[in-house]
Amino acid sequence: MTTLLELAIVVLLIVGVLFALIGSWGLAKFHDFFKRLHGPSKATTLGVGCVLLASVLWFASQGRASGHEVLIAFFLFLTAPVSAHLLVKAAMHLMPGRRPPPP
Amino acid sequence: MIDAVLPWVIAGFALALLLNAWRLLRGPSLADRVLALDTLYINALALLVCQGMLWRTAVYFELALLIGLLGFIGTVVLSKFILRGEIIE
Repeated sequence: MTTLLELAIVVLLIVGVLFALIGSWGLAKFHDFFKRLHGPSKATTLGVGCVLLASVLWFASQGRASGHEVLIAFFLFLTAPVSAHLLVKAAMHLMPGRRPPPP
Repeated sequence: MIDAVLPWVIAGFALALLLNAWRLLRGPSLADRVLALDTLYINALALLVCQGMLWRTAVYFELALLIGLLGFIGTVVLSKFILRGEIIE
């Protein structure tokens, strides 16, 4: 049972770090701001969520369960879309020619 | 098994931090730099949580919570500054 829990934690950690790396690589590689926004706002948030879930399981298996990680994950999932929306608004303000014509 | 994996996970997050720092220094426009800062604080938060798992201490969660809170406020303030030209109207 402990081995199964450890396996779940390891898989969550590896999936989380892979998603975070993919997001950061996308941020570094793409050549347009609106394409670059996709990586951090989706992949990195999911990766950090996986790592926080692994941390919840790890500290629960040690008998020291706490609600902090759940709080962090909830706050992060709540704020990531808001900050992405604000960044898009700021970028459209900086690059006014990129706004598509109204239908 | 977890103690063997955690250093590699921390190295992966450090690599992600390096990629974000490259975009932060390189970024052509102001919005790119703000986006890179936003990603950088999220990755630093995950790295701190992994470090806390490795050292078996729960101190880092308060730190991660603080970083998440202040990083979000920083992103909002910087976006507002780009949009309006001032922070407090």
